[in-house]
Amino acid sequence: MIRFLVSRLLQAFVVLAVMSALVYGLIGLMPGDPVDIMITSNPDLTPADAERLRALYGLDRPLAERYWNWLSAALAGDLGYSRVHPMPVMELLLPRLGNTLLLVGTSLVLAAAIAVPVGVYAAVRPYRLPDTMINLACFAGISVPPFWLALMMMMLFAVTLGWLPAGGMATPGASGFWDRAEHLVLPVMTLTLASVGGYTRYVRAAMMEQLRQDYVRTAMAKGVAARAVVWRHALRNAMIPVVTILALEVGTLFSGALITETMFGYLGMGKLIYDSIMGNDYNVALAGLLFATVMTVFGSLLADIAYVGLDPRITFAEERV
Amino acid sequence: MEPVARSAELGRGGLEAAERGATALSPARLRLRRFLSHRAAVVSAVVLVTLAALALAAPWIAEARGIDPAAQDLFNRAGPPDAQHWLGTDELGRDLMVRLLYGGRVSLTVGLAAALIAAVFGTAIGLLAGYYGGRTDTVLMRLTDGVIALPLLPLLIILAAVDLSKLPLPAAIAGSGSVDLYRIVLIVALFGWTTVARLVRGATLAVRRREFVRAAIAMGAGSGRVMRVHILPNVASPIVVATTLSVGNIILLESVLSFLGLGIQRPTPSWGNMLTDAQDLIWSAPHLAVWPGLLIFVTVIAFNFLGDGLQDALDPRATVDKR
Repeated sequence: MIRFLVSRLLQAFVVLAVMSALVYGLIGLMPGDPVDIMITSNPDLTPADAERLRALYGLDRPLAERYWNWLSAALAGDLGYSRVHPMPVMELLLPRLGNTLLLVGTSLVLAAAIAVPVGVYAAVRPYRLPDTMINLACFAGISVPPFWLALMMMMLFAVTLGWLPAGGMATPGASGFWDRAEHLVLPVMTLTLASVGGYTRYVRAAMMEQLRQDYVRTAMAKGVAARAVVWRHALRNAMIPVVTILALEVGTLFSGALITETMFGYLGMGKLIYDSIMGNDYNVALAGLLFATVMTVFGSLLADIAYVGLDPRITFAEERV
Repeated sequence: MEPVARSAELGRGGLEAAERGATALSPARLRLRRFLSHRAAVVSAVVLVTLAALALAAPWIAEARGIDPAAQDLFNRAGPPDAQHWLGTDELGRDLMVRLLYGGRVSLTVGLAAALIAAVFGTAIGLLAGYYGGRTDTVLMRLTDGVIALPLLPLLIILAAVDLSKLPLPAAIAGSGSVDLYRIVLIVALFGWTTVARLVRGATLAVRRREFVRAAIAMGAGSGRVMRVHILPNVASPIVVATTLSVGNIILLESVLSFLGLGIQRPTPSWGNMLTDAQDLIWSAPHLAVWPGLLIFVTVIAFNFLGDGLQDALDPRATVDKR
């Protein structure tokens, strides 16, 4: 177990190191730099001032040297300052992270709460009309462009019906739990609809696999109620692959939330990453992307641990010796 | 439902069951039958062929109806459907239907081209890893794991935002009009090969131990020949299925990037960037937002159903219980 974790952590560090170098290099290739932005916003800057600013920020030095400086500071815990918002990157990042966790967490719980019963229902009566309809709905959920879904939700619930706010985090001036919740409804619905189809298909496939097993037939033959066989015996085993896939999805959900957050103006990590890439806010973009990578790597590590933890038949190879 | 029951029986019972039937069917006929019994996949195939034909015919359709796809008509902005403009006009008074057809060319080209390049790349990596095993396998699979661990969408956004004029590229490439198209195909393919690589590696590992492969090696066939002639045909099914399924995903990615203003650049229409413009008019002209999204949706769902049907047809073991 320990050896496995150490090797996975090492791998994660390699991925992070490559990722940081890659992103650092790529951001340097994007149009404009922070000084260009200052020039456009302040017409009094002379070319000499611009040169001085570039030297001050170290923008005139070679890429490798700049990356090295950034890396040594980052390893010491200093991710630098945002160039758009006047605050350190970490201070900017943490509240955004909380917002995203709220959004993604709510939608993940909601999606799982829908996917498990629906997937089990479909698996118990496969290839009948309800299963076919569920399958069609799942394919629709997988195939819908998320930004378009967001647009359609806004059109229906905010423009036509006028029930919910079209975006943002809170009504200006207003505060309180309900106002916050109202602004969460559409983003959560969009994320949930876009992900629940895939989950339901996983649950259905895993359940069908379990229902074919001998132990199910044995339980049925000795007279255990069908309901108990399905919900207690089979579902427990079917959840092993499902939980694994859910853990893997944690990282993906952060990228999925990028579109939803940008569409609804929800101030989360995804929108922060997008805005910082578009606005040349190097330090924020780097930190945000590295964070997203950490989440993905962490998700797959979680998936491995969940797999072993849930299935007593599987052990880490080292433990058996 | 007779063909379904029959194909399932064949899937399990093998030759014996086939010979008991009225006619012995060739494997190809069997696959076709299994595919045709997946109704959603058949409908999807028809829809996709129709869409592709319409998109290919876009210039002729525009000419036949006397519409210039680039012609603006500022007196008829976001106009409703009428006899001349069947789906109405966009925010600059251009014909919506003709632009949708031209957009379809872009989306389908990007989807198919990137899926094919990714499939070729993934197949090569999977074959090498599965065939040589050992250190080659370890290195290639760690690389695959690493690519899978990257946050795809933010990375694609950065790559799509790179200013090509800062790269040492020949001006002819960097400045040409279709550079957005090449760029998006390339960057999507760069990250899209991992699924195929894993599937091919798994299948290669299984096939490599079979007698006919060992016989070929014993008779002196070189590695390249064994992989090309003996292994590749036997691992083709998962490649076909995974590639078909990936086309839909790639079209989704392209539309997201174009929607964010990073993919296909205007004035070239793509379903994604048409939605960007429509977003601003969502209060006054909602029909502009409905059509491009609907076409993306229909195309992607059709590719997903097609992949599902191909899986049923090519990999009968996965559907044994289909009674």
